[in-house]
Amino acid sequence: MCGIVGIYLKNKELYSQLGKLFSPMLREMGDRGPDSSGFAIYRNNLNKNFKVTLHSSIENFDFSEIEKSIFNHFKLNINVSRVSSHATFEISFNPSELRNFLTAEFKEINITSIGQSLEIFKEVGMPDDVLDQFQVEEMSGTHMIGHTRMATESAVTTQGAHPFNTGEDLCLVHNGSLSNHNEFRKWLSKEKGIVFQTENDSEVAAGYLSYKMEEGLSLKEALEDALDDLDGFYTFAVGTKNGFAVLRDRIACKPAVIAETEDWVGMASEFRALSRLPDISNADVWEPSPGKIYSWGG
Amino acid sequence: MDQIKEIDLNNTEVKELNKTLQKRDGNNFNHFDIINPMGAHAIATGLDTDIEVKINGHVGYYCAGMNQNSHITIYGNAGVGVAENMMSGKVIVKGDASQSAGATGHGGLLVIEGNASARCGISMKGIDIVVKGSVGHNSAFMAQSGNLVICGDAEDGLGDSIYETTIFIKGNLGNLGSDCVEKEMRKEHVERLEKLLKSANINDDTSKFRRLGSARKLYNFDVKNLDNY
Repeated sequence: MCGIVGIYLKNKELYSQLGKLFSPMLREMGDRGPDSSGFAIYRNNLNKNFKVTLHSSIENFDFSEIEKSIFNHFKLNINVSRVSSHATFEISFNPSELRNFLTAEFKEINITSIGQSLEIFKEVGMPDDVLDQFQVEEMSGTHMIGHTRMATESAVTTQGAHPFNTGEDLCLVHNGSLSNHNEFRKWLSKEKGIVFQTENDSEVAAGYLSYKMEEGLSLKEALEDALDDLDGFYTFAVGTKNGFAVLRDRIACKPAVIAETEDWVGMASEFRALSRLPDISNADVWEPSPGKIYSWGG
Repeated sequence: MDQIKEIDLNNTEVKELNKTLQKRDGNNFNHFDIINPMGAHAIATGLDTDIEVKINGHVGYYCAGMNQNSHITIYGNAGVGVAENMMSGKVIVKGDASQSAGATGHGGLLVIEGNASARCGISMKGIDIVVKGSVGHNSAFMAQSGNLVICGDAEDGLGDSIYETTIFIKGNLGNLGSDCVEKEMRKEHVERLEKLLKSANINDDTSKFRRLGSARKLYNFDVKNLDNY
């Protein structure tokens, strides 16, 4: 199964309430995916600098060791904000250099996201726990995407939880399963230099979109290509720095509902996740058509 | 005059609601108003008496499933499998219906005033379904008996592997499913369609509808049809 949700704010006045709007959405999808929960938040766009979010499954892991060794290696100051098992590092240099350094030096951590605006937090467990753990209700920002996982393709681990980020500021959540992900993983990592951290099929979909967008395609164009290239069944919700998109495969076995008002766009696997959004009774509510791309923003 | 009982799903579990609607608590109400459905699943399922139920808002999966005798109106959209396996009675969806609306239904009438998504009437076994809007792909898949009326368009695969259900459609057709063909619209079909539209409270011009049904070529295995299976 799996549950996916997303909210994209059109009205700036709601930015401060983003976490409050998002939390009940993810909570409601807990019974579609009790294995793991995760979310991506787009906030505090750094323009020139980057944010690299790390996770460690070691309890009370000391991220200051990493901070020190980054300073010693790059000779640059960095800002670190730690939330529970995750820490976000703000850096003023090329994030792929940091990724290479961290991957080589620290086996006990994994990188959940890289971007100017994006931060990804995820854990094994029900959404109630994860929402509390990361104090999501307090968060503000422009858009959020979340996932509750019922694992089918790979192990129940934090790394295997969604959302997946494979290129700067791009993230993807997926309900379904892909059948040609192994071939694409090989091709994307060997031929196109995309870095994968798991055996998960959804990460390959994220990697595929990253590759297409690095080639210069828009999110919408990249998703159009995905319709022909990715084999399997899926509902995707995708975030970029300024954009949000939803796509279901042409057979449309996996559910999705979209609701939209002048102030926000919400999507979820089921309507009940949207039922507490403000002014929902006056929203346009519809089921996205099979094989049709719905996108907002850039 | 009948008394109306209002039930608020903000403070009532669906299990409790259905117990009341199924008369398992011995109540004598004939009319029920359900408020704040909040997209919950399995609302008003398994009803078997002649009562009237109004649901004010969008509902989740399998609403009005297995209905017998009851008259249920949803003032909103319905999730997957609305009125699935209905036996008798009437279910009206004022908004859109998600996938597999009326699936496997044996009898009664399902009216969808908006659009229905994919697989509407899949494996229907005697139910009548009237859709004022359009239907998604693979509607009436393996449909066995009953009538499916579509006032709008149908996506690809309509009536794939159909048995003896009759499809009436006014709008545009995608690619028809295997073994589904257009048939002559005779007087008795026009009369049947008139009756169905009337019972759904829809005014439409019956002369603009076409009739589709089974070519009956897939009933028995024939190696020539291998590609169709």
